[in-house]
Amino acid sequence: MLQGDKMSKLLVKDKEVVVPGEILAEGMDNLPGVGTYRDENEIVAGRLGLTYIDGRTIKLIPLSGKYTPKRNDVIICKVIDINFSGWRVDTNSAYSAMLSMKDATSAYIQKGADLTQYYNLGEYIVANVTNVTSQKLVDITMKGPGLHKLKGGRIISVSPYKVPRIIGKQGSMVSMLKKATNCRIIVGQNGLVWIEGEPDKELLVEKTIRKIEEESHLAGLTDRIQRFLEKETNIKLG
Amino acid sequence: MVYKKRLDNRKADETRLVEAKVGVIKRADGSAYFKFGNTWAYAAVYGPRNLYPRFLQDPSKGILRCNYNMMPFSSRGERVRPGGSRRAKEISMVTEKALLPVLDLNEYPNSVVDVFIELPETEAGSRTAGINAASMALADAGLLMKDLICSVSVGRVDDKLLVDLDYLEESYEDGPVADVPIAFLPKSGRIALLQMDGLVSKEQLAKLIEMGREACKKIYDVQKKALKDKYKVAGDIDG
Repeated sequence: MLQGDKMSKLLVKDKEVVVPGEILAEGMDNLPGVGTYRDENEIVAGRLGLTYIDGRTIKLIPLSGKYTPKRNDVIICKVIDINFSGWRVDTNSAYSAMLSMKDATSAYIQKGADLTQYYNLGEYIVANVTNVTSQKLVDITMKGPGLHKLKGGRIISVSPYKVPRIIGKQGSMVSMLKKATNCRIIVGQNGLVWIEGEPDKELLVEKTIRKIEEESHLAGLTDRIQRFLEKETNIKLG
Repeated sequence: MVYKKRLDNRKADETRLVEAKVGVIKRADGSAYFKFGNTWAYAAVYGPRNLYPRFLQDPSKGILRCNYNMMPFSSRGERVRPGGSRRAKEISMVTEKALLPVLDLNEYPNSVVDVFIELPETEAGSRTAGINAASMALADAGLLMKDLICSVSVGRVDDKLLVDLDYLEESYEDGPVADVPIAFLPKSGRIALLQMDGLVSKEQLAKLIEMGREACKKIYDVQKKALKDKYKVAGDIDG
């Protein structure tokens, strides 16, 4: 430690829940990271979150909140409007996104063609966020692997901050779900999940996802979910 | 008659029983309730979300909309007529102004954060309970905030300076009464709301503000604990 830093003091542990305005550290030895701010000699929490101490930097991991569109996210959205240049879709955030005609399909769309035959109002699509401006104008594309229109199935909504847990490490959780229930599942970064399969299996997937959401903080999540699925389906997993 | 002892035997600087809980409304993005004795405020936060009509949008930052509503059966007197009133509109406005100094909505241009404060039971001090609940609900909604907001009403009944007046004290008839709702930013100690209704001297007011500041420290602890209790288990997260 540098000399003259004797006054520096860390006031929180790693992975502790803090509320806005809580003082995280005193002195100039630590640096404010995401979700925190410096007020003269102190580093203060700027939101509700979980502390993450990364060397000298103190960051906050959000625990709640709405989705904010980010570039390169794969999201599930709903078509809400059609205009001259393309489709407007709802992204499950504060901002709607624009799917322009040239990003919509590889097929040639004739001038004046009926756009509803490609994507109609109320239909769901899997899309990739290509650009987000400072004013939160969002552009999406349908060109890319795995991006398509969703037919049938059901959509459920989860907290966007729980999405990594539902996917699991290298997709382990979601592939286990798929294997156990034989459902097709797509998890959007915006917190919408599409499930398609046998109706009772769809319900089982939803039940399991709710369980993951509730218990996402407890250790040994994957094992617990595996046991739960084995019990529900009588299929041996792993 | 001189007001010597408080009607419900509280000490002069003692609030009514304070209780708070976070995450009480499932479908809201953030929610909380806050109780001062029999005054009970629920707050639900929705957003940031799309804002229409379009002329209300602000391209430089998101806006905050508060709505204070006393339920028809909430008051101890006559039934409260549902729908807005002049009083509700004013309280919605001061709540909004009390919460804005801590909120950072620069990340959400053209959008709105809606706060609905509903009061199923009221017995004086309802706007302060509403502000306390709203500040917790906003934090629960994951919004960027510099600090929480703590609020309490202080006042004077006859010659006594008191914290958290209840309905009977506010309507004391044998002497002058003043009611001073006040809100603080607990970290910096700055004032976010200060209203006054009644008669107090300059010296009394200065003293009342200090009493409010002390009471808010206890309220802050309750708010903090309620928020942490909801997410307590999240602290065991692994990797």
